[in-house]
Amino acid sequence: MSSTPTPLPAHAVDDESAPEKPRRMSRAEQRAIAAKGRLSSPWASGIAIIIAILWTIPSIGLLVTSFRPDTVIRNSGWWTVFGSIASGEAEFTVDNYNQALFGSSSDLATFFVNSFVITIPAVVIPITLALLAAYAFAWIPFRGRNILFVAVFSLQIVPLQVALVPLLRNYNDWGIGGSFWTVWFSHSIFALPLAIFLLHNFMKDIPPSLVEAARVDGAGHVKIFFRVLFPLLVPAIASFGIFQFLWVWNDLLVGLTFAASPYQPMTVAVAELAGSRGGDWHLLTAGAFISMVVPLVVFVALQRYFVRGMLAGAVKG
Amino acid sequence: MDWLLTPGTAGEKFAVMAVAIVLFVAMMSLILFAVDRPRRLPSWVVALGFVGLPLGFLAFGLLRPAGITLWNSFFNRNSTEFVGFDNYVRAFTESQFQQVLLVTAAWVILAPLLSTVIGLVYAVLVDRTRFEKFAKALVFVPMAISMVGASIIWKFVYEFRPDQGAIQQIGLLNQVLAWLGFPPQQFLIGQPWNTGFLIVVMIWIQTGFAMTVLSAAIKSIPDDITEAARLDGLHGAQMFRYITVPSIRPALVVVLTTIAMATLKAFDIVRTMTGGQFGTQVVANEFYTQAFRQNNQGLAAALAVVLFVLVIPIIAYNVRQMRMAEEIR
Repeated sequence: MSSTPTPLPAHAVDDESAPEKPRRMSRAEQRAIAAKGRLSSPWASGIAIIIAILWTIPSIGLLVTSFRPDTVIRNSGWWTVFGSIASGEAEFTVDNYNQALFGSSSDLATFFVNSFVITIPAVVIPITLALLAAYAFAWIPFRGRNILFVAVFSLQIVPLQVALVPLLRNYNDWGIGGSFWTVWFSHSIFALPLAIFLLHNFMKDIPPSLVEAARVDGAGHVKIFFRVLFPLLVPAIASFGIFQFLWVWNDLLVGLTFAASPYQPMTVAVAELAGSRGGDWHLLTAGAFISMVVPLVVFVALQRYFVRGMLAGAVKG
Repeated sequence: MDWLLTPGTAGEKFAVMAVAIVLFVAMMSLILFAVDRPRRLPSWVVALGFVGLPLGFLAFGLLRPAGITLWNSFFNRNSTEFVGFDNYVRAFTESQFQQVLLVTAAWVILAPLLSTVIGLVYAVLVDRTRFEKFAKALVFVPMAISMVGASIIWKFVYEFRPDQGAIQQIGLLNQVLAWLGFPPQQFLIGQPWNTGFLIVVMIWIQTGFAMTVLSAAIKSIPDDITEAARLDGLHGAQMFRYITVPSIRPALVVVLTTIAMATLKAFDIVRTMTGGQFGTQVVANEFYTQAFRQNNQGLAAALAVVLFVLVIPIIAYNVRQMRMAEEIR
């Protein structure tokens, strides 16, 4: 996709920085007034509350159901627990999680391990490669640099689907089909265009005088990269790293296409469970929640980086 | 060394992972060490050290396969016989595939529009209230989970139990119908509304994205503008219509096109919730079916190319809007 996501926040910041600084007081005042005005409109708060409820209730239903015994799930809706809690009859259990994680039919514990094994290299490798490429595109002059950069940048719009079948055939020809290696390799390739583009934008924002000064002191490119640029890029790397982590963790297409069944990530296993045991809600709800725990923890713990990374990377695919 | 390709236990899997990372780091160190001779190597050699591997990856793993796919789209199901544009003709004329294209169009139009509208309304409503952070987190969370997870969440909401005597509904939506006195519905089976119920899941996921981008854009509207408008007597809905929306137009375009592209390529929801049955099939999932179930490589390649071609008008619109915005500035 084109230059869209990044320039937007960038220029939004530009627009804001100039008039905002001297006006901080009036903005705070205005904020109070605006908040007051808004809360006094019952329609506005009503609509906001309805949206918030619609966006949370389905997840709550899943979470509550995953802790109810199988037979109870089949015979009554999850919303009835609130009544049963009041009357002291509510039953809760972690059996569903036990069965989903270690039961012979689902065995999600194995796939949970797979998801980690797939995700960590699929984050480390593309970010490292992209950092180096972004450095070259930003700070090493060479012929054809701009054309190459535009080419890499425009590869973002290529849907993964066009690459899957030929790649899979190559992997099978090499005798590595279905292994973790093919999944790491594929994820790394697919992540590169966006990663190079974003990290290049961040690198370009670093004042050239810093790089020049280091160069005058006799530092080579490797030294400049590690000593001067890398420390300044840590927030950008964190943001993109979180995005890539979630993208790989939540990915279905790549895992489904390339990984053989003992090495599939959890998304594939849970999707399969939904297909083969669609009525077993005790397994499905627990399984789905297990697959969501890691992204949710990341969300709660690293919300700031998380949102930034999500926004920067939302165009991938 | 079999365990490197086919690790059995969790320990072996993590060991393979460690091996992969160590190998990669060693390789990168070697390349960097080789090119790190200041002022002795010509700059293109140094540049090659930095960009060579990533560019090689891209050429091999994205550019070349894309070319092969384009080539295969002109051949028959096992790539042995040249068939010209037959696969494309099939994809656009056979009623089965026309239905798929129609459903895909519904997705690409409805999902971006509704997520953007809901995201915008919500962003405006919670802007500068006391609960802003919390309220935004609630709507953003679905963005964090996988589409597979979201599909299961909603499949449970749509769960149907036949309306017989003592049988209780366990899906929330059918229970709501029951409370209102309506008979339960098979939301995922009745055409064409089932597609709408699947699109709801995409909207549920993408609204958080729309809200976050638009909220940032709203906050960057200069205070002088809103103040001047307020002095001129603009309030509430008028303020929204004449000040907020025009000021964040570029952000709206970005959000719409980004969600449209994500929607076009997403197959997870359809695959998990209906498997593409009951007239809910979309191009991205039909591609998967043709490539890996029906083994019709020619048609699958053509569908992948169609997917790529459909992205282009969205991008073109985006670029055009960006240019216009720049001219105005």
